[in-house]
Amino acid sequence: MVELSALFDGFAVVLTPFNLLLMMIGIVLGVVIGVLPGLGGANGVAILLPLTFTMPPTSAIIMLSCIYWGALFGGAITSILFNIPGEPWSVATTFDGYPMAQQGRAGEALTAAFTSSFVGAFVAVVMITFLAPLVAQFALKFGPPEFFSVYLLTFCSFIGMGKGSPWKTLASMMLGFALAAVGMDTVTGQLRLNFGFIELLRGFDFLIAVIGLFGIGEILLSMEEGLKFSGKTAKINPKVVFETWAKLPRYWLTSLRSCAIGCWMGITPGGATPASFMSYGVAKRMSRDGGKFGTGQLEGVVAPETAAHAAGTSALLPMLALGIPGSPTAAVLLGGLLIWGLQPGPLLFVEQKDFVWGLIASMYLGNIAGLIIVLTCVPLFAAILRIPFSIIAPVIIVICAIGAYTVHNAMLDIWLMLLFGVIGYTFKKLDYPLAPLVLALVLGDRAEDSFRQSMIISQGDVRVFFSNWLVGGITALALLMLFWPLIGRGLAHVRTVRPT
Amino acid sequence: MDNNQRTAEESDRASVSTRSVEIAVALILFTLGAIVVYDSYRLGSKWASDGPQSGYFPFYIGLLICIASVVTLAQAVRAKSGAGKPFVLWGPFKRVLTVLLPAALYVLCIKFIGIYVASAIYIAIFMIWLGKYSWWKGIAVGVVINAIFFMMFEVWFKVPLFKGELNPLSFLGY
Repeated sequence: MVELSALFDGFAVVLTPFNLLLMMIGIVLGVVIGVLPGLGGANGVAILLPLTFTMPPTSAIIMLSCIYWGALFGGAITSILFNIPGEPWSVATTFDGYPMAQQGRAGEALTAAFTSSFVGAFVAVVMITFLAPLVAQFALKFGPPEFFSVYLLTFCSFIGMGKGSPWKTLASMMLGFALAAVGMDTVTGQLRLNFGFIELLRGFDFLIAVIGLFGIGEILLSMEEGLKFSGKTAKINPKVVFETWAKLPRYWLTSLRSCAIGCWMGITPGGATPASFMSYGVAKRMSRDGGKFGTGQLEGVVAPETAAHAAGTSALLPMLALGIPGSPTAAVLLGGLLIWGLQPGPLLFVEQKDFVWGLIASMYLGNIAGLIIVLTCVPLFAAILRIPFSIIAPVIIVICAIGAYTVHNAMLDIWLMLLFGVIGYTFKKLDYPLAPLVLALVLGDRAEDSFRQSMIISQGDVRVFFSNWLVGGITALALLMLFWPLIGRGLAHVRTVRPT
Repeated sequence: MDNNQRTAEESDRASVSTRSVEIAVALILFTLGAIVVYDSYRLGSKWASDGPQSGYFPFYIGLLICIASVVTLAQAVRAKSGAGKPFVLWGPFKRVLTVLLPAALYVLCIKFIGIYVASAIYIAIFMIWLGKYSWWKGIAVGVVINAIFFMMFEVWFKVPLFKGELNPLSFLGY
């Protein structure tokens, strides 16, 4: 039970007035970000990151991770009341959440959504508490080939598990790697791909890419849809809350299943969005009331929300233990670690105990605080969406521009942000996934370093990635993930052939 | 009525088909991939005495971009179903442009008059022009929001933002 005592030390770190204040600010900001179109977890954190440069790292990560929890909660508000998913992972929540609101059961739907979010996050945090130190300890034995094979696994799972065309995932991911390669080569110091432009010396910062791709791109998409906000009013009172809580235990199996799906999808970089869809689909198939899904079933709100939060939270496990983020937002937090001068990776658990356990403790407290805040302040947050889009849109663009500028104090970055916005808009419309691009941009240099180090160790022999059972196992798993669509099709073929 | 109908028809018209955009994006990606391959080759994508050269890793990245975009291109060209589906209708696309073009102009203005003043003007014009607000409301919102930003960045967090080459806010002393 070393973890428990470490966790209590973590609580001691978090429970200072300053950190608690930051936690509250973070959650409120996060919910606002989650409610607003165009601002989400990833770019919200990216924009606010520069404000934390001068803070102690532990306080900074507490605030930023609380923004993330807040955004996860906030997405549910808009999807239930307005049928507009504020975040991609809350799309599945609209299927049953909005019909419930139409039937005048908005309070019930919201309570169910928030509570199941909390349950999902809580299970994931407990898992992180006990699993992350083990993974980190295990990963201390990793050398460059092992790390590269884990990177390979991360990226292969994107291709194999993605819903759209694997070629588009590949193209998007490799574009991220190529953008990461621009600028100074970290090994030899040679300039690459900058074609004589001094400004490109720094390379492309992924924070700019995140702000542009997710922020500006989202605004352009919302503009195209010509958003008309026509929401249901939210009435939440203690009576509704307690009545809903009394109903929720009935769905314990759905909840448990969704937690498992969410945790799995969060650790392997599937992310919150596919997790919520998958969990909704599974719940629909397994439930006795499956046929009624989509007409306002409480279970249809519980399933996606639990999974989305479990996935969103457990995406931090590989980020903390291995230095490999499981989602774009986790990637931004990882970028924060580098900026605050911490070296992400398994050594974090040895060298930065206060930081790691402070963060984990803040996850417990942050989610409890988040649940209370959203349950009590829903009408306030819903009121934000009644502000007309013609005020919100320019303000969000201004916020994005400021966020992009503060990363490096460079004018060029604001232009790049606009460019990334157009790319984000086009890619979204053509079903090129954006998450692999961002993750490749963040991990590009480190993946390349570990690849080159492995190559130097082995004198250019690719068999180094199969040199022992550990690295061989991970590489084999990566290849399995990569070719999963083909294997799955083959299995389905075998299954249909056999009966005849 | 007749006029309304005509504008409705006009806004239903597709600007370009999804297929052509798909092809264009694949071609752009291919070009980018080719550039990466070329530059990596120029830097050296093989082995030197001390290990892999600078272009070793990006060379294969570029190659993969080229392969992925060629396959996507082939799929887009061969696609039969939904090939004529519009990428975006003309009406919604106009709305997208009404955000994008002023945003570009706004970024251009930042260079000269700085983030705060440009943002205030941008928010005001956006509200008056697209939101049909009265001019004083637009200006009030623009100024108040940027006053809040100014306090937040310059005063509380001490993160100076770009004030432009002309620096119209120099009288504030920040």
